Amino acid sequence: MVKRSLILLFLLMTSAVHAELVIEVTQGKQSAIPVAVVPFSWQGSQPLPEDISGIITNDLASSGYFRTLPESNMISQPNNLSEVVYGDWANLRQDFVVIGSVELLPTGYAIQFHVLDVHQKMEILRHRVRGKASQLRDLAHYISDFIFEKITGVPGVFSTKLIYVTTNRERTRFNLNYADADGAREQLIYTSRDPVISPAWSPDGKKVAYVSFENGHSEIYFQELATGKRERVVAFEGSNSAPAFSPDGTKLAFVHSKLGNPDIYVMDLASRKIERMTNHYAIDTEPQWGVNGDSIYFTSSRAGGPQVYKLDTGNKAVTRVTYEGAYNARARLTADGRKLVYVHRSGDRFHIASQDLKSGLVHILTSETELDESPSVAPNGSMVIYAASEADRSILAAVSVDGDVKFRLPSKYGDVREPAWSPIFK
Amino acid sequence: MQTTALYKTLGLALCAAFISACSSTGDVEEGTSEATATETQAEENTQTVDTAGVDGESLEAEAADAQAALLEQTVFYFDFDESSIKSEGKAALMAHAGYLAANPAAQVVLEGHADERGTVEYNLALGERRAMAVRRFLMANGASSSQLKVVSFGEERPAVMGSSEESYAKNRRVEVKYQSN
Repeated sequence: MVKRSLILLFLLMTSAVHAELVIEVTQGKQSAIPVAVVPFSWQGSQPLPEDISGIITNDLASSGYFRTLPESNMISQPNNLSEVVYGDWANLRQDFVVIGSVELLPTGYAIQFHVLDVHQKMEILRHRVRGKASQLRDLAHYISDFIFEKITGVPGVFSTKLIYVTTNRERTRFNLNYADADGAREQLIYTSRDPVISPAWSPDGKKVAYVSFENGHSEIYFQELATGKRERVVAFEGSNSAPAFSPDGTKLAFVHSKLGNPDIYVMDLASRKIERMTNHYAIDTEPQWGVNGDSIYFTSSRAGGPQVYKLDTGNKAVTRVTYEGAYNARARLTADGRKLVYVHRSGDRFHIASQDLKSGLVHILTSETELDESPSVAPNGSMVIYAASEADRSILAAVSVDGDVKFRLPSKYGDVREPAWSPIFK
Repeated sequence: MQTTALYKTLGLALCAAFISACSSTGDVEEGTSEATATETQAEENTQTVDTAGVDGESLEAEAADAQAALLEQTVFYFDFDESSIKSEGKAALMAHAGYLAANPAAQVVLEGHADERGTVEYNLALGERRAMAVRRFLMANGASSSQLKVVSFGEERPAVMGSSEESYAKNRRVEVKYQSN
């Protein structure tokens, strides 16, 4: 917890910028779990800088896994266990109730919360967290993560971050942004008049790699989030792009093309030694590591149109993974390695599809959005965030890996593209 | 569409003047007069060509004009997920190759682009493929590799905004950009 907060604290640009993305749930699970988050008690004379229980309510509701009870429907608003009347909540058809209180400390705040199971009439989770005033929002997301995991069995990702690119309509300004997973607290981490594409997180969440055209062609840069320090890492003559860190963070897969033949390469980050992994006259691009780091999924046009292939990093053997349709590209793997999520063209529409790697079953996840691209999977494997086109603008949208939950993150300004979901910060 | 027709006729004119192997003499004359007919009547050289069926000097001047017009075409378009040069662009690319061969100091950057459909990185590769196809064509027709630099911007720098087939078609392109020395 402390470490996570430090990362935030040390971020280069701390100026408060209004969130440009606003989450809108467009489809929730049929089986969404009813939960009531009672406003947390606060005895202070001044209102709290953040509405803790409000943030938790939003987190749970926007996940699509929960249906939250509006405050106005609550019969009572208990803050202590002794005040809870389970029958009231049972009458309101709630499965779980969250209660809590916020307390002022000399050094900040402490939040105590309880999760109650209405049917079993018992407390199932109790926890106390502390932090500075500037960390109240982080504390709220942290609590949401606890609740989400306790009830669903899946780690919550409300404390994770997004990086994404925003551009103006004229494509003369490219911003690389960093924000909370719900779009709040957006911060600019790099800006350029030239294109910025393909941001990718290091597995420890401390730096990002991306492609910048600032020197007239595509080159790969690393940037430390805490210090803002940039390093030009891959800048050969020609095109250098599609960076992807290996799961252990020791290697970087990327694409290099000198004279029109993009192939996959791997750099050992300690020695900076480079190994060529593919050598094919077709386009080979968009590498993504398998969970054990012993394979790389990539897009290749070796069969004509783009399809996803898997490369064994040991013997460099290549096997084809996708077969349905004439356009399957930019694969991303769920954290458990079971599903591949990629861009799939059906007819003249581009959608996000998931493929079960064991059964080969393909499931098209999106239908309402157009020109879907750049899928990035949440570190708990629950959601996929992607870029889509809406009324000639590019927005971010998200869909659960099972296709049940959908939400959008429209921006108030320009185009939002190329989202990358952070790992879970430890 | 108007411009395409113009380039076609100009292409014929160029073909007539420079490449004798193009077709028989009779066809050449027919092609030349047709070219002037489709060109705007106000042009002064309309008159010249009428009388200059056998006047070598005016024919050469006419051809030089045609080549200059061809050199003005610097954007070449491609089909979706394709990197092969369309036949309608070849006459202009021939003119660029000829210019580069005649002017060894001239340098061009071939900028490859893709439309917004499909993935960012695949489109980056596709843009490069397109620029490389143009590079190969120019080299096969006299340009030197040292004169040609290839860069792809993928789908990042569309020529026009919008999600219609019409705008996509304008974005799938290679731009030939002469560098000032």
